[in-house]
Amino acid sequence: MSHYSAFRLFREGLRGQKGWTPAWRMPAPKPEYDVIIIGGGGHGLATAYYLAKQHGIKRVAVLEKGWLGGGNTGRNTTAIRSNYFYPESAALYDFSVRLYEGLSRDLNYNVMFSQRGMMVTAHSEHDLEMATRQYNAMRINGIDAEMLTAAEVRARVPLLNFRADARHPIHGAVSQPRGGTGRHDAVAWGYARGADTRGVDIIQNCEVLGIQKEAGRATGVTTTRGDIRADRIGATVAGHSSVLAELAGFKLPIHSYALQAFVSEPIKPILDTVVLCPAFGTYVSQSDKGGIVFGGGLDRIPSYGQRGNMPVQEDVVGALVEMMPALAKVKLLRHWGGIVDVTPDSSPIIGPSGVEGLYLNCGWGTGGFKAIPAGGYMLAHLMATGQHHDLSRPFDLDRFTTGRLIDESAASGIAH
Amino acid sequence: MQIFPCPFCGPRDEREFHFAGEAGKTRPDTTGEVSPDDWATYLHMHRNEKGRTREVWVHTPCAEMFIMERNSVTMEVLGTECLRAKS
Ligand SMILES: Cc1cc2nc3c(=O)[nH]c(=O)nc-3n(C[C@H](O)[C@H](O)[C@H](O)COP(=O)(O)OP(=O)(O)OC[C@H]3O[C@@H](n4cnc5c(N)ncnc54)[C@H](O)[C@@H]3O)c2cc1C
Ligand SMILES: [Zn+2]
Repeated sequence: MSHYSAFRLFREGLRGQKGWTPAWRMPAPKPEYDVIIIGGGGHGLATAYYLAKQHGIKRVAVLEKGWLGGGNTGRNTTAIRSNYFYPESAALYDFSVRLYEGLSRDLNYNVMFSQRGMMVTAHSEHDLEMATRQYNAMRINGIDAEMLTAAEVRARVPLLNFRADARHPIHGAVSQPRGGTGRHDAVAWGYARGADTRGVDIIQNCEVLGIQKEAGRATGVTTTRGDIRADRIGATVAGHSSVLAELAGFKLPIHSYALQAFVSEPIKPILDTVVLCPAFGTYVSQSDKGGIVFGGGLDRIPSYGQRGNMPVQEDVVGALVEMMPALAKVKLLRHWGGIVDVTPDSSPIIGPSGVEGLYLNCGWGTGGFKAIPAGGYMLAHLMATGQHHDLSRPFDLDRFTTGRLIDESAASGIAH
Repeated sequence: MQIFPCPFCGPRDEREFHFAGEAGKTRPDTTGEVSPDDWATYLHMHRNEKGRTREVWVHTPCAEMFIMERNSVTMEVLGTECLRAKS
C-alpha cells in the first residue's frame, strides 16, 4: 500500500497528480473463502478490516450488490456521539467514538472526524429536567457531558431561535463535547483500503441471492457472480436484513423504514457544532463544504423505497426554519432517503443468527454510522473466536426472547 | 402527497393513515402457558417484506382498521379490504 501523507500530497501536486494508484483492487470472486461478509457498507468493510488486522483472517470476501458505501453509509448525516442512556449502549458507542478518535491514523486515511460537539436542546422546564437526567446518566456511564444554560447555548449557536415569539423557546441544553461529525465516504473507503491491503477481496456488483445450507449449517452463498463457499458468513446489510434472513429461512425483529436527509447549497461557515432540537425532532450541522446538513425522524410507513417524500420534507424543513429562522432563504440542494433497519428497542443486533455459521450485525436503524468501528470490531471478534466480546453480549438476538431489551428509543429519544 | 384509499371514506391524504402491523399473525392463547420463543415470535418477528405486502392499517379520522395490500418499494396500493365480518 502506498502511504498517504502531506508530503505525498505536495509531491503529487508538483507532478500533476500522476503518481496515485487505485486504493483497492477489483478482484473476481474466488470459489471459496474462510469468511464471507455480505454488504459493503461501513460495518461490513470494518468487519473485514478487523478480521484481517486483529485476528489474522485474510481469506475474506466482502460482497456488495452495488458500490462501496452506496447504502446508508454514504447517505447518512454523520453525527458521531455516545450520549446514550443505558450502560450497555454507552459502553458500546463510546468504544466506537474512541476508535474514531484514532481512526485516521490507524487507517492512514483522513476520515475527517471533527469533535465539534453535539448539543440536545431543552425547550421547557420539564425538558430541562429530562436533559439533566440524561446528563447524569452520561456521567455515571463515564461519558463526557455538560449542561448549558440558555445564555451559553446562545453564545455557542447564535443562529438558534431566541426570539420572544419562538414556538419552542430554548431553556438550555445537554451537550457531549467529544461528539461531532465525520466524512461518511472516507470511513467506507478507508476501511476498504485497509482491508484490501491486508488481502481481503472486495467484490462490488455482486448481489447475494441465496444462502446455501448443508444439514442446517450455512456453507456458502449464491450470487449474481456465481456460488461462493465459506463456513463463516457475516451479514451486514442494514435495511435489507429481513430480506437476507428470509433467504436463510428465519425472521428478524426488524422493520425497514426510509430515513431522509437534506443538504442546502454551500454557504459561509455559520454553525460549528451539531444541534438536535427534540421538540422538533430535527437536527443540523454544517459540512466542511458549507452545506447545511439536516434531517428528522423516520418515515411513518415501513418501506424499501430508497428516496425522499413530501410529508417528511414539509415537517423537517418547516422545523429547521423555526429552529434557525435565518436559514429560511437558503436553497435546498439535495434530498434523499436510505432504508434503515429498526428494532423494537432501537438497539442493534450483534450475534449468531440461529443458523449455524451465519452471524448478524444489523438493527442499527437511524444511528449506526457512529458505530461502524465498534460494529465491525465486535462482529470480527465474534466470527474469529466464536464468542461474544463483552461489549456485544447484551446485543444478542436472544434479548427478544429473554425480554432484556435495551430500550434506547424510550430512554434517549430519537436522534441519529 | 400520496393518496391512500380508506375502504370506508374513500381516497384520502396519506398522512391520515397509520401502519398497525403485518396481517395474519395469531396471538398465542394466553389462557395457557406460552413459551418465551412463541411469545417473542408473535411480538417481535416480522416478515418485513420487500415488494408485495399485506398489512393492517388504520385510518385515523374514522378509526377503522382495515387490510391494505401494497408494494413496499414502489408504494403502489394494490387493494384494501375492510376487516369487519361481512353481513
Ligand atoms: C438519512 C440518514 C441519516 C443518518 N444519519 C446518521 C447519523 O447522523 N449518525 C449515525 O450514526 N447514523 C446515521 N444513520 C444510520 C447509518 O447510516 C447506518 O446505521 C449505517 O450506515 C449502517 O451501516 P451498514 O454498513 O450496516 O449499512 P449500509 O451502509 O446500508 O450497507 C449495507 C450494504 O449491504 C448491501 N446489500 C444489501 N443486500 C445485499 C445483498 N443481498 N447482497 C450484497 N449486498 C447487499 C447494500 O447495497 C449496502 O451497501 C443515518 C441513516 C440515514 C439513511
Ligand atoms: Zn376512513
